[in-house]
Amino acid sequence: MADQARDLIARIYADGWSRIVATMIRLTGGGWDLAEECAQDAFARALQKWPESGVPDQPLAWLTTTARNRAIDRMRRASTEAAKLREAASMQREPVPPGARDSDIPDERLELMFTCCHPALNLDAQVALTLRSLTGMSTAEIARAFLVPERTMGQRLFRAKQKIAHAAIPFRVPPARLLPERLPAVLHVLYLLFNEGYGDPAKAGLSQRAIRLARVLAGLMPDEPEAHGMLALMLHDARRAARIDEGGHLRTLDEQDRSRWDQAQIAEGATILKGALRRGRAGPFQIQAAIAACHATAPTAARTDWPQIARLYDRLALIAPSAIVDLNRAVAIGMADGPKAALRLVEAVAGTGQLDGYYLLHATRADLLRRTGRTAEARQSYRAALELAPTAAERRFLRDRLRQS
Amino acid sequence: MKYLMFVCTDPDYTPGQDDGAPDVEDWVAEMDGRGIRLLGNATRPASDATTVRVRNREVLLTDGPYAETKDQIAGFDVLECADLDEAIEVASKHPMAWRGMIELRPFWTDDEG
Repeated sequence: MADQARDLIARIYADGWSRIVATMIRLTGGGWDLAEECAQDAFARALQKWPESGVPDQPLAWLTTTARNRAIDRMRRASTEAAKLREAASMQREPVPPGARDSDIPDERLELMFTCCHPALNLDAQVALTLRSLTGMSTAEIARAFLVPERTMGQRLFRAKQKIAHAAIPFRVPPARLLPERLPAVLHVLYLLFNEGYGDPAKAGLSQRAIRLARVLAGLMPDEPEAHGMLALMLHDARRAARIDEGGHLRTLDEQDRSRWDQAQIAEGATILKGALRRGRAGPFQIQAAIAACHATAPTAARTDWPQIARLYDRLALIAPSAIVDLNRAVAIGMADGPKAALRLVEAVAGTGQLDGYYLLHATRADLLRRTGRTAEARQSYRAALELAPTAAERRFLRDRLRQS
Repeated sequence: MKYLMFVCTDPDYTPGQDDGAPDVEDWVAEMDGRGIRLLGNATRPASDATTVRVRNREVLLTDGPYAETKDQIAGFDVLECADLDEAIEVASKHPMAWRGMIELRPFWTDDEG
């Protein structure tokens, strides 16, 4: 019974934390710290009470009411200032009705996402705030994930909340005319979190949290195909288990044991992508998800539809041009038409100097040089890649290649 | 929420002949009409500025601006907006957002911690 209650609380926390924080931010008129404190308090009380008294019938409503009562208490006690009293009074006019059902509690996480990812906040602040208020990670956990001292992360969160309050960044979903410029900011932050956890097994939790948030976003924005495209792209994390083998060796796509891919998740991603593409507004995330789907549905590496992938990269380069897209396009062309054509494209990308510090530029060039028999130059590029590779698994892979060439 | 809008030049940006920037008189008319612009004016260049300091009860004057930066304040407006999104919308319609840059500073208000 007690264990069951604790399990349930842990499960509710994953989604409930952000639900309650969002509701409390609106109820307190933008009191972010107060909102977090009250949410924390509500969960602490649940941990205290539920194991003994049993789980309430409507747990989310119970937690929200508890958090709200705590906020009113805190505001009354904190000060007799007129403003605080006004706030407390306005909250009482908006009670969670007694006997409220979980389904009566409004889901304001979309408002929370857009506020956390407001472009008037710098990107580091957007990322930190998203993790703190939307996933419930503690300041210490976020600091560890980004390798900064806890104090620094605390300051970052503090400044971001201050700016939201002082500059009056609104707590809302932007109106339709602003969405085309604001939604990409939200997608960017979530995808950045996903990527942060992608290459590093120790940070896999960040990817899982990003996928969770992407699901929430897609669910709350059914008419935004890019939100769904991003979720579909993230679901190709289904290949994670095959990417690094038992010995800690990085396995490239063509070496991976495809039976270890999570086929159910791949199928889910494909269904979501199909739904998004039907809206006829293909954006960069949908195209990247389509590319990932080409890989995921190939029965063997050798039967990958590289010409189709190259065509998708052509399209991506048109709507979202970048040096990274050009590099990936070169890889696809290298597989479709041979290494010589690709090498010319890679040299062109390298010539811009934009990706000098990106290990995959050097690794790709090394691979193409190796395949065209230019071993000495290949070894040189492998060494350049080795110096820049960010994770141990990637360095190990490059050292193996260097030894073999 | 009140914002002070600094209208600044951007020495690193040279606009083309026809940059499509809105007209400043239209901007003033619109923002006055919406009750957003409470006050505002262009200001003379930094070469006409005087910086005042009092040290040891003595008034010290400097000919010129307080900071030697290449970008200069060319004017200011005081805005009354619902929130930052509205202030951003207002600022982005100002011709100097197209040709220079604009900084939005919220007023310091007392009723918050």
